[in-house]
Amino acid sequence: MCGAKAGGPELAGVDVASETIIQGSVTRDGEPVNGYVRLLDEGGEFTAEVPTSATGQFRFFAAPGTWTLRALVPGASVDRKVVAQQGAFTEVAIAV
Amino acid sequence: MSRSDVLVDADWVQAHLDDPKVVIVEVDEDTSAYDKNHIRNAVRIDWRKDLQDPVRRDFVDQAGFEKLLSEKGIANDDTVVLYGGNNNWFASYAYWYFKLYGHESVKLLDGGRKKWELDSRDLVAEVPERPATEYRAKAQDTSIRAFRDDVVAAIGSANLVDVRSPDEFSGRLLAPAHLPQEQSQRPGHVPSARNIPWSKNANDDGTFKSDEELKALYEAEGVDLSQDTIAYCRIGERSALTWFVLHELLDQSSVRNYDGSWTEYGSLVGVPIELGSGK
Repeated sequence: MCGAKAGGPELAGVDVASETIIQGSVTRDGEPVNGYVRLLDEGGEFTAEVPTSATGQFRFFAAPGTWTLRALVPGASVDRKVVAQQGAFTEVAIAV
Repeated sequence: MSRSDVLVDADWVQAHLDDPKVVIVEVDEDTSAYDKNHIRNAVRIDWRKDLQDPVRRDFVDQAGFEKLLSEKGIANDDTVVLYGGNNNWFASYAYWYFKLYGHESVKLLDGGRKKWELDSRDLVAEVPERPATEYRAKAQDTSIRAFRDDVVAAIGSANLVDVRSPDEFSGRLLAPAHLPQEQSQRPGHVPSARNIPWSKNANDDGTFKSDEELKALYEAEGVDLSQDTIAYCRIGERSALTWFVLHELLDQSSVRNYDGSWTEYGSLVGVPIELGSGK
């Protein structure tokens, strides 16, 4: 696998209308990074965590509101704040 | 029991990769993670296919567990070291399972797969071959397993620790946020349960906090550790991690994991449910 795919994973088979999706990719110098992404709620409390895919992508099924994404990769940790809405998917590109 | 009896760090595992009496076992929520790569000489246990009854909702029985461990080449006197993704959720669940069926020496790799990866340690694709054994399991130790009636009876009397995220506890989410939210059960939590998310037990890299920090966490949340405690989550894997903290690290004698957890409780007819943050 080489090169990062822009945006999150394919949405085929996902009921986008009823879910609140936050997804995206983690890259370093444009290349996908193997690591983890944590989803923290408005109070900074852990809600979920996923490993990034081979193409650096991740996805969460959240609830509407403000969330923080924290990318953990060897030697670095990067936070990004996002606002999610039901029926729409929020795309986040995180460069570390 | 002390921390060093039940928890090992990555250096310890690295030093025991070729130890014939140490079996390293990967247990992941994403059961395909092992196919991609794993710690050298580690075998896989699939928490869904290997540990659950294929038809009804329950564990494999004693004979099933014996068959599984025999096939995996695990002997009664082997030291089993479990690790996995998701901050060891499913590795903790398997740990609890090994204890349920009476395995003597079982340990968790502190931080699991994530810490190993963040340390940039080696992972390989080769699958080891272990000769089959004749494993003998003990009868289930139900002193560490809670059933639904135990949970209903514990409302307002024993410690109920709901280890899900605050959004699942309050009823805002029905599942961890990396899973689709459409579920059949009612949202909320068991009345009188305290919400102490499993994540408060661990650092960002997945390693457990110190015994002092853990003790302070439960005391600050008003859990009287001298009382009986039942931990639950959605399907019993995150609460197995909290069970590990309370029973194995903090050495509390009466701690049970409710493996039916919210997917059972939230589907029961007529039981009380509370919504909101509970504070």
